[in-house]
Amino acid sequence: MIPELGHFALILALLLSSAQAVFGLGGAARGNAAWLAAASSAVVGQFVFVTLAFGALTWSFVQRDFSVLYVATNSHSELPTFFRIAAVWGAHEGSLLLWSLCLAGWTLAVVAGSKSLEAPFRGRVLGILGIVSIGFQLFMLMTSNPFARLIPAAPEGLDLNPLLQDFALAVHPPILYLGYVGFSVAFAFACATLIEGRLDAAWARWTRPWTLAAWSFLTIGIALGSWWAYYELGWGGWWFWDPVENASFMPWLAGTALIHCLAVTEKRGLFKSWTLLLAVSAFSLSLLGTFLVRSGVLISVHAFATDPARGAYILAFLAVAIGGALLLYAWRAPRLASSAAFELTSRESFLLLNNAFLVAALSLILLGTLYPLFMDALELGKVTVGAPWFNLMFLVPMLPLVALLGVGMHAAWKRGVLGSVKARLWTAAACAIAGGVLIGALAYADVRPMAMLGFALALWVMLSSLLIPFGRLRARQTLPAAVIGMVIAHFGVGLTTLGITGVQSFKVEKDFALAVGEAASVGGYDFRFSALRDARGPNFTGVEAEFVVSRAGEEIAVLRPQKRLYNSGGNPMTEAGIEVGPARDLFVALGENLGQGRWSVRLQYKPLIRYIWLGAILIALGGAVAGLDRRYRKPVPARISDTVAASVP
Amino acid sequence: MKLPLRFLVPALVFAVLVGFFVVGLNRDPGQIPSPLIGKPAPTFALESLGDPAWTVGPADFAGRPWLLNIWGSWCVGCRQEHDALMAIAEQGRVPMMGLNLWDDRARALRWLAELGNPYVSVAFDPEGRTAIDWGVYGAPETFLMDGSGRVVKKHIGPITLEVWEREFLPLLAMTKARP
Repeated sequence: MIPELGHFALILALLLSSAQAVFGLGGAARGNAAWLAAASSAVVGQFVFVTLAFGALTWSFVQRDFSVLYVATNSHSELPTFFRIAAVWGAHEGSLLLWSLCLAGWTLAVVAGSKSLEAPFRGRVLGILGIVSIGFQLFMLMTSNPFARLIPAAPEGLDLNPLLQDFALAVHPPILYLGYVGFSVAFAFACATLIEGRLDAAWARWTRPWTLAAWSFLTIGIALGSWWAYYELGWGGWWFWDPVENASFMPWLAGTALIHCLAVTEKRGLFKSWTLLLAVSAFSLSLLGTFLVRSGVLISVHAFATDPARGAYILAFLAVAIGGALLLYAWRAPRLASSAAFELTSRESFLLLNNAFLVAALSLILLGTLYPLFMDALELGKVTVGAPWFNLMFLVPMLPLVALLGVGMHAAWKRGVLGSVKARLWTAAACAIAGGVLIGALAYADVRPMAMLGFALALWVMLSSLLIPFGRLRARQTLPAAVIGMVIAHFGVGLTTLGITGVQSFKVEKDFALAVGEAASVGGYDFRFSALRDARGPNFTGVEAEFVVSRAGEEIAVLRPQKRLYNSGGNPMTEAGIEVGPARDLFVALGENLGQGRWSVRLQYKPLIRYIWLGAILIALGGAVAGLDRRYRKPVPARISDTVAASVP
Repeated sequence: MKLPLRFLVPALVFAVLVGFFVVGLNRDPGQIPSPLIGKPAPTFALESLGDPAWTVGPADFAGRPWLLNIWGSWCVGCRQEHDALMAIAEQGRVPMMGLNLWDDRARALRWLAELGNPYVSVAFDPEGRTAIDWGVYGAPETFLMDGSGRVVKKHIGPITLEVWEREFLPLLAMTKARP
């Protein structure tokens, strides 16, 4: 009964999304205030019914209702309650429902947080969000109904993929989706602006906090995914350039370009059409990612159940949503052209370069991700583009981007004057280069030029960021939240650079065949295989090894990696043993039983890896702080009121 | 008003992408042609699953066409195709050997006891060394060899009776027709 109610709630939500789209766009076009009010009410109703549907699916999981196909496929009677709840979004159908819930939540937030917007503009924004919502709810109901019944009911569930039975499943997808879906708000703002054909500083000021919020969520979501892959997949890598990772990283790069570009549009009224294109692109890339992941056109380790009907549906939806927005752009953007002069070393120039490098990185990743598809479609053979290609190509735009970041944030608008900061910047640059060379040369066993460059860039960005609050406080200037946020985020970029440099340059990964009592040495640390015992959990059995880690005879840690076999069957799972430290991680993963008491063991030394994620947290925090700046909460000055009339071409 | 064409570029790029996606949707990226087709089947001599003292390998089928099915008790797709394998075994047109991959002997034997055994013999490959020689990257996969011991067909993923009749039987008829 409950699953049917959930199904019914989903259908009602679809109807309300349609009402939202029709009343929002129609009300704005006809200047009908009652319709515009109805659009807002439809948003509230849509949110309520999507939440009910989500609640019904959660209930089915908690109650172990194996007569629901999706529950039977992704749950098991022995699965702990915590994972039974997280399993709601553990596979295709439920994750779409989560997507829809996030979208409904963001739309509700727009209704609540945009009272100062003119009613027609607000109606158009809600209408466009309604269209996106229709797309996803129809997708679920037509091809991926999470409430489909399994008659007769399965006596036992197939179980949630053991890889997903982890705390990270509970937090990674919701936060990631909040980010992905959050870009829909900027997308809707951009489309509404294109429909009206006018763009002013107020537009950028509305869009920026929404974009910053979505971007911060996406940052955290990606970082969580990276951390999860690191400790759970048992490989000890933190980024694999898998299509699914790329699918989340491309909108992030577009979003990063967008928040920087919005600053220029807000302060100087420049780059208007480019900003709109980025706003459309960021969300389009989110949708594209959904298509790539769920249609089966690419091979990925994150295999969602793929189905050609689903692929065809999403592709049609993509063509309508993205194609429509881009055609609207081609038609309307030319009239938004802006012109104003700025000098070569002004902040505008630096932000232009920032955008150029970010878009270059984005294009390279898009090319690398889709290259196998292009080659296959042209009958040129089956190819894969591996991590080495991405690692190299990504560095090309990133090195100059990070180097220029340190100067750009000190540059003044319009004028090309760095003023009194110039001397301090030179000092910071000298310190960074000296520091980078020294760390690169002395701290680790090898000397690598690329490591010196990476460390120098990391120090440069961090020092340069810190100069801003230092200089402002000395000059007794205020520190607005937007500036504090910028400093935190850019300092985070420096930390992440530090971490990436450390890991990529000096990591040590070695495989050994060890029996209990034997030892191996990696990166100056001795790992002694001290014991092997049985391990038992609520729904798995397995073995647990014990490794005593010591350095120069002094014991540092005891690590207990596991090899688990879940009762529901499937591949054995590796749970790594990790000793976390500020300077390095030590990582032990248990491999295969090689017989005669020997086990294959992978030992890793990962210098500075924690800073990758710490930096990402700071980047997201910076975005959040900047989004809370007071100027975004001030009432927006009223615009010319005859918007509806002006929008008729 | 004349529209500047550069604003149309994003839409055009996107249209090209959609074109590729339409083609891509109708192709299977996992369908990698095996380099083994037309080559002699890689040889091996592995412990039999049921009896560690007994060695099994392609040599057992000298001069006859045979099937090799890669499976494991951990593999969901293998359970899915099992009924089809039983039906193929029942037809008795060609002997089928199993290659038990990355598995536990007791679990694998229990699987065969519960679901039925379509194989004339099962090679036990817990570490997947032989599977690597065969270019296997997952289970289930099914290979058909002709009488001269060459690989003539590889199927990736669960086999169905429809695939068997459409793709395997004609090849089998051809290999048998050849002297």
